[in-house]
Amino acid sequence: MNHSISLTVNGARRDFVLDDPRVTLLDLLRERLHLTGTKKGCDRGQCGACTILVDGKRINSCLALAISHDGADILTIEGVARGDQLHPVQAAFIAHDGFQCGFCTPGQIMSAIGMMQEAQAGNDPERIRECMSGNLCRCGAYAGIVDAVLEAQGQMDESNQRRSA
Amino acid sequence: MKPFDYVRPATVSEAVVAAARPGAAYLAAGTNLLDLMKGNISRPDRLVDVTHLDGLDAIETLPDGSLRIGALVSNADLAHDPAFAKTYPAVAEALLSGASAQLRNAATVGGNLLQRTRCAYFYDTASRCNKREAGSGCDAREGESRGHAVLGWSDSCIATHPSDFCVPLVALDAVVEIEGRGGRREIALDELHRLPGNSPERESALEPGDLVVAVRLPPAARGFAAHARYLKVRDRTSYAFAVVSAAAALRIENGKVAEARIALGGVAAKPWRARAAEDVLRGVAPTADAFQEAAWRALTDAKPSGDNAFKIELARRIVVRALRLAAAGTPARLPALPASPFASTSGAIHA
Repeated sequence: MNHSISLTVNGARRDFVLDDPRVTLLDLLRERLHLTGTKKGCDRGQCGACTILVDGKRINSCLALAISHDGADILTIEGVARGDQLHPVQAAFIAHDGFQCGFCTPGQIMSAIGMMQEAQAGNDPERIRECMSGNLCRCGAYAGIVDAVLEAQGQMDESNQRRSA
Repeated sequence: MKPFDYVRPATVSEAVVAAARPGAAYLAAGTNLLDLMKGNISRPDRLVDVTHLDGLDAIETLPDGSLRIGALVSNADLAHDPAFAKTYPAVAEALLSGASAQLRNAATVGGNLLQRTRCAYFYDTASRCNKREAGSGCDAREGESRGHAVLGWSDSCIATHPSDFCVPLVALDAVVEIEGRGGRREIALDELHRLPGNSPERESALEPGDLVVAVRLPPAARGFAAHARYLKVRDRTSYAFAVVSAAAALRIENGKVAEARIALGGVAAKPWRARAAEDVLRGVAPTADAFQEAAWRALTDAKPSGDNAFKIELARRIVVRALRLAAAGTPARLPALPASPFASTSGAIHA
C-alpha cells in the first residue's frame, strides 16, 4: 500500500509517495532527496551523525519513520547557511578545528544549533559537553567542538544583547 | 527489518482495536522500537502509530493537586517544564540523566515506561534469550553479567529494566492510566512491570491493545520537592544506562523524617521500590547511621545473578549518598551533569 506524505525540507515543501513504511527520515533525505550531508553512522541511534532538526528540535533521523512525520518541518545541514554565508556554528567549527575526518560534523553542527535553541547549556563547557553527548566523534575532536560551540554561543548572546539594547 | 503494515488511527478507541490484533505494536517516537526492529529483535506485523492522536500531550494539574502527564509528552519537554522540574525535581533529574538530548527530544513518557531491557543477549539474536523467545534459555547466566539484576531475578531471566524516569516515579507512587478493550483503567506504576519468574517474555501487566494514555503523580508527591534527588552510576558520565541508580525523596518535619521514598534502578526487571528501607527512616533524624541502616534494608534480599556482586554494595552506597543529598536539600539548579555522583556541584561526602 502506498502512503503519501509531505514535508517541508530546508524551507521547501516536498511531497513523497512511500511504497514501504520502513523508510526512515534519514534514508528519505539521503536516497530520495540526495541530501547526503546528513550521515548514516550507526543507523541505531547511538552516534548522532544523522542529527537533524524536526519542528525545531534535534533528533536522530535514523530512528524516525518518515511516514510518521507527515507535515513536519525539517532542517538539515544543507539548509543552515545563507548562500555563501556560513551559519555561525559552521564558521566556528572551521575556526576551532572542530573536526578531523568530518564524518560526524554535520550531526555535530545540527546538534549544536538545536542545543543553542534549547538554551540549556549557555556558555558552560561542562554543560555543553553534557548536552552534546549524543554526538560521537571518533577522531576525538571534542576539545575543538566545545570551543566552537562556546564561540558560537557567545556570538549569539552578543547579537541577542544588541537586539534587546 | 521485517515488512509491516502501517496504520494511523484517528482516535484512541480506534487505536486500541487496531493494536489488539496479534502481531500489532504501538509506535510512538520509535526510539527503542525501531532500533529493535532493525536488529530483528522485534518483528511486528503491524505498527499502530499513535503520535498523531489528540489529547495525549498535555501536562496538567488536576483539581485535587495530582499532576497528569500525557503519554505523548516528550522526555525533554517534561524535564524542561519549569513548574514540573520545581515540583518533582528528582523526576526531572532522572529524565535528564537518560539517553542523549536527541533521544529525549523524541522519546515519549509512555515509550519510556515500556522500553525494553538493554541486556546484550536479548539484543543478540544469535544468543538464547527467554525474553525474546520463550523457553529458549538464557545465555546471560553464563555470560557477561556484570550489569544484570541483583533483585527479583529468576533462573529464566536476569535482565534489568533500563529506565531512569521510572525510578523516582515509582518512589512517588505514580499511577498509569490505560485505555484498553474494556475501557479506561489505572494501575500503580509499581504493578506495571512484572518480575520474570518463569515467563520473562511477559514484561508488563498490559493486555493486547492496551495503550498507556497518561501517567499521574498523586497530590502527596508534591510534598517531597524540597528534599529529592536522583543519583546514577554509569560506565561513562553521560549517555549511558545505569549500572545502579537510586531516587531518594524525604519529607522532613521538625528535624525528623516524616516520610521517606526510596527506589532503585538498574537492579531488577522493574523499577525497584524499597519500602522496607523507607520504614526504617520514618520518624527518625536524617543521620548517616539511619541512612546506612535504610540502605542495608533496601538490599537485604539482593543476591548476585552472575558476575555482579559489586552492584549490591554499590547500590547500598548509592542509596546512602542519594539520601544524604536529598536531606541536604534539593539544589536550586540542576547539576551540570544531572544525577552524576561525579558532578562538581554535588557537594556530597562519600558514603
